[in-house]
Amino acid sequence: MKGWMGKSKVFFLISAMALLMAGCGRENLTALDPKGYGADRAMDLILLTTFIMIGVFIIVMAIYVITLVRFRKKKGQEDYIPEQVEGNHKLEVIWTVIPIILVLVIAVPTVLGTFDLADDSNADEHVNIEVTGNQYWWHFNYAGEEVVTSQDLYIPTGERVYLNMLSSDVTHSFWIPSISGKMDVNPENVNTMYIEAHEEGVYWGKCAELCGPSHSLMDFKVIAVSPEEYEQWVADMQSVDPEEVPEDSVAQEGQELFEANNCMNCHAIGSSPAAIGPNLTNFGDRSTIAGILEPTKEHLVEWLTDPESVKPGNKMTDQYPALSEDEAESIAEYLLQLQPSEITPESAGN
Amino acid sequence: MSVNSAHKSGFGATLWDWLTTVDHKKIGILYLAAGAFFFLLGGLEALIIRIQLISPQNDFISAGLYNEMITMHGTTMIFFAATPLLFGLMNYIMPLQIGARDVAFPFLNSLGFWLFFFGGIMLNLSWFTGAPDAGWTNYAPLSLQSPGHGVDFYVMGLQLSGAGTLMSGINFIVTIVLMRAPGMTYMRMPLFTWTTFVTSILVLFAFPALTVGLFLMMFDRMFGTAFFDVALGGNSIIWQHLFWIFGHPEVYILILPAFGVFSEILPTFSKKRLFGYTAMVFATFLIAFLGFMVWAHHMFTVGLGPVANSIFAVATMAIAVPTGIKIFNWLFTLWGGSITINSAMLWTLAFIPSFTIGGMTGVMLASSVADYQYHDSYFVVGHFHYVIVGGVVFALLAAMHYWWPKMFGRYLHEGMGKLAFWTFFIGFHLTFFIQHFLGLMGMPRRYWVFLEDQGLDAGNLISTIGAFFMTFGVLVFVINIFYTWKKGEKAPGDAWGTGRTLEWATASPPIHFNFKQMPLVRGLDPLWIEKMEGNNKMTPAEPMDEIHMPNGSILPLIMTIGFFIASYGFIYQVDHKAWLIAVYVGMAIGMGCMLIRSLRDDHGYHISKEEVEREGD
Repeated sequence: MKGWMGKSKVFFLISAMALLMAGCGRENLTALDPKGYGADRAMDLILLTTFIMIGVFIIVMAIYVITLVRFRKKKGQEDYIPEQVEGNHKLEVIWTVIPIILVLVIAVPTVLGTFDLADDSNADEHVNIEVTGNQYWWHFNYAGEEVVTSQDLYIPTGERVYLNMLSSDVTHSFWIPSISGKMDVNPENVNTMYIEAHEEGVYWGKCAELCGPSHSLMDFKVIAVSPEEYEQWVADMQSVDPEEVPEDSVAQEGQELFEANNCMNCHAIGSSPAAIGPNLTNFGDRSTIAGILEPTKEHLVEWLTDPESVKPGNKMTDQYPALSEDEAESIAEYLLQLQPSEITPESAGN
Repeated sequence: MSVNSAHKSGFGATLWDWLTTVDHKKIGILYLAAGAFFFLLGGLEALIIRIQLISPQNDFISAGLYNEMITMHGTTMIFFAATPLLFGLMNYIMPLQIGARDVAFPFLNSLGFWLFFFGGIMLNLSWFTGAPDAGWTNYAPLSLQSPGHGVDFYVMGLQLSGAGTLMSGINFIVTIVLMRAPGMTYMRMPLFTWTTFVTSILVLFAFPALTVGLFLMMFDRMFGTAFFDVALGGNSIIWQHLFWIFGHPEVYILILPAFGVFSEILPTFSKKRLFGYTAMVFATFLIAFLGFMVWAHHMFTVGLGPVANSIFAVATMAIAVPTGIKIFNWLFTLWGGSITINSAMLWTLAFIPSFTIGGMTGVMLASSVADYQYHDSYFVVGHFHYVIVGGVVFALLAAMHYWWPKMFGRYLHEGMGKLAFWTFFIGFHLTFFIQHFLGLMGMPRRYWVFLEDQGLDAGNLISTIGAFFMTFGVLVFVINIFYTWKKGEKAPGDAWGTGRTLEWATASPPIHFNFKQMPLVRGLDPLWIEKMEGNNKMTPAEPMDEIHMPNGSILPLIMTIGFFIASYGFIYQVDHKAWLIAVYVGMAIGMGCMLIRSLRDDHGYHISKEEVEREGD
């Protein structure tokens, strides 16, 4: 018995568990390696509850194993009738009171943390961003800054950023595991949460609520840069002239095609907040195309010619005349040169 | 299979017998057979899901079909596999355990079965025209926006079967309150009967919430109302509340009878009475009550605010206390016993650690702060499969091995039972343990694909391998059933020799009126008491006399077919008003059957004293 559940085994079990939990998953996606305030608070409780639970499990298993070894029917015991025990008042009280205490130990930090993470009393003093969930992309409008973007969310490190979130269609859920827990994005009411990243980095965000065929492809990125870089990025975004004609002749052609194909009906370049489709102001700086593809020209051409093959059920498919390979390449050239800022995902170490 | 069909013969007569039966035992078997069929369908859907997720960016099935798979897997498993399989057991075993000849309303029992069955058929017919794809929770507004008729099939299929479940629940309550054998006080009822009783109360309160939700959804989708349509002033969160006010108790509707099963098996195979019987009954009530109070823990991330989240978090954690009481009482039932380990016991013993893990991750989820990370991730998928598979499915398989000789007069093959157990058990932990970590590593649930280079490959591969092990285990169990049917070893009335409750006091399988004479119950575990006093059988509570039994009826089936036709009409009248004819015809058939049932006197029949004496038991 000692050999199986002895001290060394228990120690090994716990350390293996800790190792597994510390080093698991991709560092800018996993919740097990928190890099932001909300993720820290969650991790505190994940660890507290995990250790309590492992303790309880060990006790249950100890009784279980001892019982099964000691009280299995042995040969020649076929007619043996064990004593018919009714119960034991003392034991019942013990295994009622101890769980109540354990639950209280978990309940107190849970309630404190719940109120802490819902506190938006200081929202006015910080960056506020309107987040809109759409099938299957994210829209970000920096309140009072005249900066609008989509898919890549820039935030300053070490500061709380308040997100006011609303959906334009169905329920989505906004989740950046390594920085913070998730919050649903409903069509009927604005939900508020705050995020705070401790260090620079490109953190991967997910939609967590089933929202249609491309639910699993509704990714976004949170790009945390130093406060100075953030200020610079905002200034760069504000100085964009949506009418500016690109220098390159292919890109110029792309710009004309972009306008001729009515792309502007849905997409905006510059700070126009209203849009059916993603705002493209800093498209050339994006870390991905459509949230999931490497930002190369080939991928953009693929996306422009057949969006359905990349994101099933998206709302761009069939909204514009079919593009020839050349046309798609010109538009791609135009879009990829939309690089208003030196502050890009690379600045955050991507 | 049972004695009374012996006097008829031929396939047609047998079929007619099963279509018209009001015998709780045959209805129990019908539930088990139909539930098993849907279980295999749901399992196949699960396997397809796991094959799709075997590697990153796999294209085994399309995104749309994947969403249909997850929706149908969840819906099928909860409503058409787990619930009816448990209802089958309750139907068969509970009346025997309380010494009754049948349930209180045999006609209603039959109607309940056919409504459930046709509801399931209706839902699965949607595969031919486009299945529902908004998840088994069918959240608005996604479900309102879903094109085609998939969600309509979901709404009508669940409405039909929900009505069946509700009436069965009421039937069980009345049966337990009114039809217990002489001497069987409430505190002498076996735990499985207790959990059937408490479960039925849960059904009585939970299913109306679902019915209301489905009606509102039906009107929104088919008749142009806007209860959930935000653009027209509705509110989609109301669906979530209604769904979970039903949906959370539903978890306990599944797990409490499972607890009942284990509370029967453990005493039988450790030769000891259940430790802390009173505490077990009390804990069952407490779990049921708390189960109703905590639905919003499914909605921590909806934005209900910190006050609501805190209240629901603490209330949820409280459930751990009565559940813990149960776990320790089971352990101490084993303690000091003389434990026999066979297939039924293997599933029971495997349940204890598996469910402990599921329960503990439940407490972890209840901590709302941490839930902001777990919610809608694979952690949740891992958690509820530990509860539903590690609890309910293990209980069903344990119960099958335990009560199979009672129901069919033959023992399931032990060797195959053990092979099925070990492969399924290993597969189960391979599949679902890793999913807790996948969730925390950033994998949300209901993901059609996961992208490359996100650190999720290995976990998903292991999970899929586990699913194949589970499939193998299920197939072995199915083979076992066919083998046993042909060649299984015959079982006596007290099949295990250590039976304690009344179902073991009658023949295997029981005569169709269950007991020749009502047994006299002199305490908890009445058969055990008699055996300890050297009696071979129960002391009768009444003299041998003629027995009154209800007549079979085809009306429940025809009535259900009527409502089934009407449901089709409701779905398709959106496309063409001519389908309203189906609504009227179907409703007329259903209502007509009700009218016949109301106006025609059917007093049943009597089995003569001589015939009762002739029947062996």
